[in-house]
Amino acid sequence: MGQNDDKTIAEREAPASTAESTKKKKKLYVVNFFYNWCKSCGLCSAFCTKKIILTDETGRPYIEDMESCTGCRFCEIHCPDFAITIKNRHPVRRRTDGDR
Amino acid sequence: MLERAEIIRKEYLRHDKKFPHVWCPGCGNGIVMGALLRGIHVLNLSKDEVVLASGIGCSGRMPTYVDFNTIHTTHGRALTFSTGIKLAKPELTVITVMGDGDATAIGGNHFIHAARRNIDLTAIIINNSTYGMTGGQYSPTTPFGSQSTTSIYGHVEHAFSIAELAVTAGASFVARGTVYHATHLEEMIQKAIKAKGFSVVEVISNCHVQHGRRNKLGGAVEMITSFKKNAVTVGKAAKMSPEELEGKITIGVLTNVKKPLSTEQYQRVIAEARQNVEKNASEKEKNGIKRYEE
Repeated sequence: MGQNDDKTIAEREAPASTAESTKKKKKLYVVNFFYNWCKSCGLCSAFCTKKIILTDETGRPYIEDMESCTGCRFCEIHCPDFAITIKNRHPVRRRTDGDR
Repeated sequence: MLERAEIIRKEYLRHDKKFPHVWCPGCGNGIVMGALLRGIHVLNLSKDEVVLASGIGCSGRMPTYVDFNTIHTTHGRALTFSTGIKLAKPELTVITVMGDGDATAIGGNHFIHAARRNIDLTAIIINNSTYGMTGGQYSPTTPFGSQSTTSIYGHVEHAFSIAELAVTAGASFVARGTVYHATHLEEMIQKAIKAKGFSVVEVISNCHVQHGRRNKLGGAVEMITSFKKNAVTVGKAAKMSPEELEGKITIGVLTNVKKPLSTEQYQRVIAEARQNVEKNASEKEKNGIKRYEE
């Protein structure tokens, strides 16, 4: 489908001019919480380096500002319940071929 | 392509029947289990050649959740079962998970003698300074003066230092880590599995439900943050005075020496004894004494 095809997306996004290619592109991540296993212990929100993991009134973690995630995976390796997965994310692009 | 966390969840955990696990919210046992699984994943060991044994206690639940060859044994005797497994099948990688009470109180003798014998085992000892599962009684690693259900006026005895005990008892690889330094812990576990001989990894963990609550150490977040504050590396600790090291946690590899393995020496003894018997029998035949085989 081309969704997971990193290479073609990177090639498509690669700018032609050399001045822009030296600028480092910001990597995007998505943090998925698996709420069936989460026990709302609060470790992820307390130790988040960017403090973007917020908790609601029952202690359930959620993220609103996903753009600020740096992908350090501190929450993923410190989750005692194996409930956090961090994945690379590609920016939403305008589709012309309509296959997605 | 699966992410590492997904691989660990789907391949190494019994994810379809045992989860969510029984440990309290914020318990360090889950972090230790994650570090152990990532270490095994990095070392490329197949699931069939790894054995995980455990005793009784909160840490004893760990083999229930992982999809290796697992055994959940009696209190304090996890190392004896592991010794038997290693002697019967030396090609297996045997990892033993124990708690502090399990390893040093009930299984104290087994622990020091396994270290003395230098069997090729890996022991991961999760030290949370209390007997968490049975209701917060004091354990051999409870600090002096702290509260527990069996020491309500303050604990009158002094604590064991498990890693230093293992060094003195003759273990060939000893390391210490905390649950805050999870990536460092993963490295230590990898090194311990790779090292030949008896390898001990002591993991300082938190029990905020039994130990932290009675001693006003705060919840899981506060206890794990205190490990960050108190931890010093081995190199830094060598330059510090004993007074400065009071209450600090030394993390890193404490000792790494190479010694002859008792399991390998045992194979040598078997081969030599067999040769000797055959030589004696052939000499007797020469002298006219018949062998009584049938």
